[in-house]
Amino acid sequence: MTQQIRSHSIDMSSVLRGKDAAQAPSETCIKVENLNLFYGEKQALHGINMEMQKKKVTAYIGPSGCGKSTLLRCINRMNDLVDSAKIEGKILLDGENIYDKSVNVAALRRRVGMVFQKPNPFPKSIFENVAYGLRIQGVNDKNILEETVENALRGAALWDEMKDRLNDNALGMSGGQQQRLVIARAIAIEPEVLLLDEPASALDPISTLKIEELINELKEKYTIVIVTHNMQQAARVSDYTAFMYMGELIEIGTTSELFTNPSKKQTEDYITGRYG
Amino acid sequence: MDNSKISHHISEQFNKELEDVRNKVLAMGGLVEQQLELAIEALITGNVEQAEFVIGQDSQIDMLEVAIELECTQILALRQPTAFDLRLLLAVIKIVHELERIGNKAKRIAEMAVKLSSHTNSMPKHDMDRMVELVKAMLDNALDAFARMSIEEIPSITERDQKVDREYENIVRLLITHMMEDPRNITRFLDVLTTVRALERVGDHARYICEHLVFMIKGENVRHLSQEQLIEKINTPR
Repeated sequence: MTQQIRSHSIDMSSVLRGKDAAQAPSETCIKVENLNLFYGEKQALHGINMEMQKKKVTAYIGPSGCGKSTLLRCINRMNDLVDSAKIEGKILLDGENIYDKSVNVAALRRRVGMVFQKPNPFPKSIFENVAYGLRIQGVNDKNILEETVENALRGAALWDEMKDRLNDNALGMSGGQQQRLVIARAIAIEPEVLLLDEPASALDPISTLKIEELINELKEKYTIVIVTHNMQQAARVSDYTAFMYMGELIEIGTTSELFTNPSKKQTEDYITGRYG
Repeated sequence: MDNSKISHHISEQFNKELEDVRNKVLAMGGLVEQQLELAIEALITGNVEQAEFVIGQDSQIDMLEVAIELECTQILALRQPTAFDLRLLLAVIKIVHELERIGNKAKRIAEMAVKLSSHTNSMPKHDMDRMVELVKAMLDNALDAFARMSIEEIPSITERDQKVDREYENIVRLLITHMMEDPRNITRFLDVLTTVRALERVGDHARYICEHLVFMIKGENVRHLSQEQLIEKINTPR
């Protein structure tokens, strides 16, 4: 009898853990320390300190002009391309400061891929778009290229749709397909980190869901940082959410906590759509 | 009344929707309170007509529960609320359920009032007085806390639930004594017991409303906690 009862009992601890199992402690991948950024006279980021976990999705939310894209672009030194931008502080990628003088920026950007709001495929075939990163690294072996392109397209959930059209021009694809192609191009060179700047804001709802689904799959392999205006999207795809306002990091926490019970009033006002 | 927790959305329409939900909950609360009041009065005075009025009105409470729940569901689907707004709607869905249960208890008391109407002298009135007052005040204060969106008074409300439980036990002991003394009246005393039990449950549901309010306002789940733990949770700053 006792045995019968026992066989029916459920391990409640595993039931209760549920989704939070994903929140198990993980390693820090990116650490931002006292980051200040100035565009000329204007300070765009004020003393940002935060950590992003390995193989997790961190979303930045906040109103326009709050500095979230600027912060994202600091992670692969895209702001180096802006003449007036001046940066103080550190960003550690796996413990190494990416702003150190010895860092090779091209090598950094291979480790930290980026996808923008508007898909920007090259006016080449689908195949060549994805193979581009490898070709400029000097890889010309046909077998390696084909294998990598297939893996990257599969990784970006495009292979089944595109496998018979690899030689078509990428500009003939739909916006949603182009965005996934750009993601395939980014992951073809196997970066560690993917930065996504409003990756779905120009897409229709179905394409948006496909991108979100893709993000969920990609985090198995990559650390992902996403900037989005769409709060529900941040809530759906991310493990951690950071709320920024006027160049400052107001709050960062697990997404479930931040959206149900934020600790700062500014965050609450923003995510509930109130004026402060 | 403090509306600031609900208002100040950029979407004026959203403010109106939340305000509407809140007003409906308060209206439902008012109706439930009235039902309870009338049922207890009918029980004590043996007024069958009044008791039947209470029984007839119960379906209105049921309808309100369904309507408010539907409204919350629609807001959840259309607005995807977060933070306080989300907790408000989740809490409201639970609070209207508690109110519906209290409505049912009032109906049950009214039904017993009809059955016991010819035996009003068998009611342990004096012994019930204290319990009645405690329970009515608990419900009233819980609804008041909802209206003001404030949890300051919550510990004093939930504390009274413990007193209600003690009163209940006393009355049960008393009834058992009566039953042993006079077994011919056991049927009637069982009806009285049902009534007292219903009152005790009203206290429980008022307590649950308070717990939902703490979740709504503070984001802390305080269900299944002792009074001391509840006070500690309420007083701990986030």
